[in-house]
Amino acid sequence: MPKSIFTKENLCWVILSAILFGVLTLLMQVGIINSYYKITLFNICINIMLAVSLNLVIGICGQFSLGHAGFMCIGAYSAGVITKMIPNYGGLLLGILAGFAISAVAALIVSVPTLRLKGDYLAIATLGFAEIIRILVQNMTITNGAAGLSGIPALTTWPILILGVVIAIVVCSNVMRSAPGRACLAIQDDEIAAEAMGINTTKYKVLAFVIGALIASLAGALFACSFYVIKPSQFTFNRSIDILVMVVFGGMGSMTSSVLAAIAIGLLNTILQNFTDLRMIIYGLALVIMMIFKPNGLLGKRELSFKKILAKREAGKEAS
Amino acid sequence: MKRDFRKLLAGGLGAAVLLAGCSSASGSDNAGDGGSAETGDTVKIGLNFELTGEVSSYGTAERNGAQLAIDEFNAREDKPFTVEGVEIDSKGDPAESTTAAIKLIDEDQVAAIVGPATSAPSISTYQAATDKQTPVVSPSATQVDAMLNGDTPYEYAWRVCFEDSYQGAAMAIYAYDTLGDKKAAVINETSDYGQGLAKTFKEKFESLGGEVVAQEQYNAKDTDFASILTKIKGKDFDVLYIAGYYGEAGLIIKQARESGIDCNIVGADGFESEKLAELAGKENLNNVWYTTCYTTVNASDELKSFIDDYTAKYDQAPNMFSALAYDATNLVLDQLEATGKTGAELNEAIKKADFSGLTGSFVFDEKTHTPKKTVLVVNQKDGVQTEVDEVEVK
Repeated sequence: MPKSIFTKENLCWVILSAILFGVLTLLMQVGIINSYYKITLFNICINIMLAVSLNLVIGICGQFSLGHAGFMCIGAYSAGVITKMIPNYGGLLLGILAGFAISAVAALIVSVPTLRLKGDYLAIATLGFAEIIRILVQNMTITNGAAGLSGIPALTTWPILILGVVIAIVVCSNVMRSAPGRACLAIQDDEIAAEAMGINTTKYKVLAFVIGALIASLAGALFACSFYVIKPSQFTFNRSIDILVMVVFGGMGSMTSSVLAAIAIGLLNTILQNFTDLRMIIYGLALVIMMIFKPNGLLGKRELSFKKILAKREAGKEAS
Repeated sequence: MKRDFRKLLAGGLGAAVLLAGCSSASGSDNAGDGGSAETGDTVKIGLNFELTGEVSSYGTAERNGAQLAIDEFNAREDKPFTVEGVEIDSKGDPAESTTAAIKLIDEDQVAAIVGPATSAPSISTYQAATDKQTPVVSPSATQVDAMLNGDTPYEYAWRVCFEDSYQGAAMAIYAYDTLGDKKAAVINETSDYGQGLAKTFKEKFESLGGEVVAQEQYNAKDTDFASILTKIKGKDFDVLYIAGYYGEAGLIIKQARESGIDCNIVGADGFESEKLAELAGKENLNNVWYTTCYTTVNASDELKSFIDDYTAKYDQAPNMFSALAYDATNLVLDQLEATGKTGAELNEAIKKADFSGLTGSFVFDEKTHTPKKTVLVVNQKDGVQTEVDEVEVK
């Protein structure tokens, strides 16, 4: 019999996200969160989606991918081109779906041959893939070449964005707990042993890679519709590295830590905007210090789990 | 037990939907309500520039130019109000630039924003500035149609430079009419800047009756151009148009001269740097011309004093970018002083401004929010500018 999804812990999650959403919305209503904090929040939410989806590929499945900027680019341009033609929510939805379709195909094409590679080789292959996407976009007329698209309608609203974040987190953390997710974890621990146990390693690696790509593409679409302008030079290798930094900074394999790291790095970056001369020095220093004192990231592999908290409470009750 | 959870869940979802409804209802934000700048007040001007990242050399030069204009204003005895420059770094990233502009407008309540230096980060601030009724003046966003959102210009966005197409066309006219060249080869960078220039140069040159016999492209940061130079060397042409920045253009000129291409070489304001002579070698910089809006040849008194003040303050010579930012800032300060108002009235004053600055006198074209300026063409003689010509584009 399938387990019901209406468990205590899931309820706790729903309440937590409803409270977060409610409080932030209320703060926006009364103006404590002005449009500056709001756009910063938007940026952080998009980074959360990117970090969580890359964590699925790197942290859970152990595949070192540097191609995330490429998928984000596909999503951003699909949504950008389509919403410029149809500037309403239908257009945004269509753009997101088009982004999904293109990035799923691209992810399949790139992953089936390259996921047979390991470690550094895979990193280089995916890096090359992201660059190919960027160069393609830079040379197509529909994407307006190197100048990029401007005048994209700002269709990403706060409820849409939070919905995207919730979907990203729910999908990624549930994949982790599903049978394919367990297979991915096994691949991450020891690929040869996993294969010996009868796991079709390529299949599960491709699965994780494609899901990660789809979420990155969704993040890209929401990104394009928040910041008016997109340009090929925004989706370089550096963007992939930025996302990777968030995953490593938080702790590979833990979704909670990816979320926290995206928030921490987003805030750090925003604060540093005002310290122009020392900006990159402080940012770099923060990362170096972090890696020296906490080499496993902010949280390591720990997760915020209501299941554990609830279990602890139950245990406490029984003991007393 | 399970039933209770469902109820709670439904309740929670209902609340979320309600809240979502509320939040989408409040779309309009606090708009600039046309405040005033009265005597004795402090008026803030936002300086949104690329102070770190790849294009920080432009951003820093512009920040310095803008700050100099503000300092000079504050040093005046009859100043009607004090001006404070609030600087912020956009890293050259369009998304960060949007955030920076919104911060300047909402948090710092600036009267106007000067910057950023490059096109995409500039364009990404225009919609936000227009929504919040705060004028933004870009010193050097030269991209073609940068000021247009579809067919109409962003109401609160302005630039004080000419656009790339204008320069490309000006050089085509100069090469065809003044230099008397009939056959051209074009080498351009794959960036928006290089592609835009090459396209308009080609169109104008061909419409005048000239012929473009070859066009080659390169990527930014390339260092070896032997293959493209070999390709075009076999062709017959009188003039080589290089649409790119000094870093690569300097090397192309050097390698072209060394490989025996001794025809005229022309370019655009991307050549504008003392590094050009270092990279190309002074002996190779003969029969080289480029379009610009700033030259120290035949400098006016105003320009001389700007150069002296700038050099005294920052310990380095100003360039085109610092001069453009200086002009952009002065344009804003002049109109602020004249109207004593911010918001819509300040914007209206900028629209009607008849401005005279270091990079020329101009009024704005209302359809494109771009100034109508004459283009300057400067030559190079052993790596030094000696002459300047003016070109009108019709």
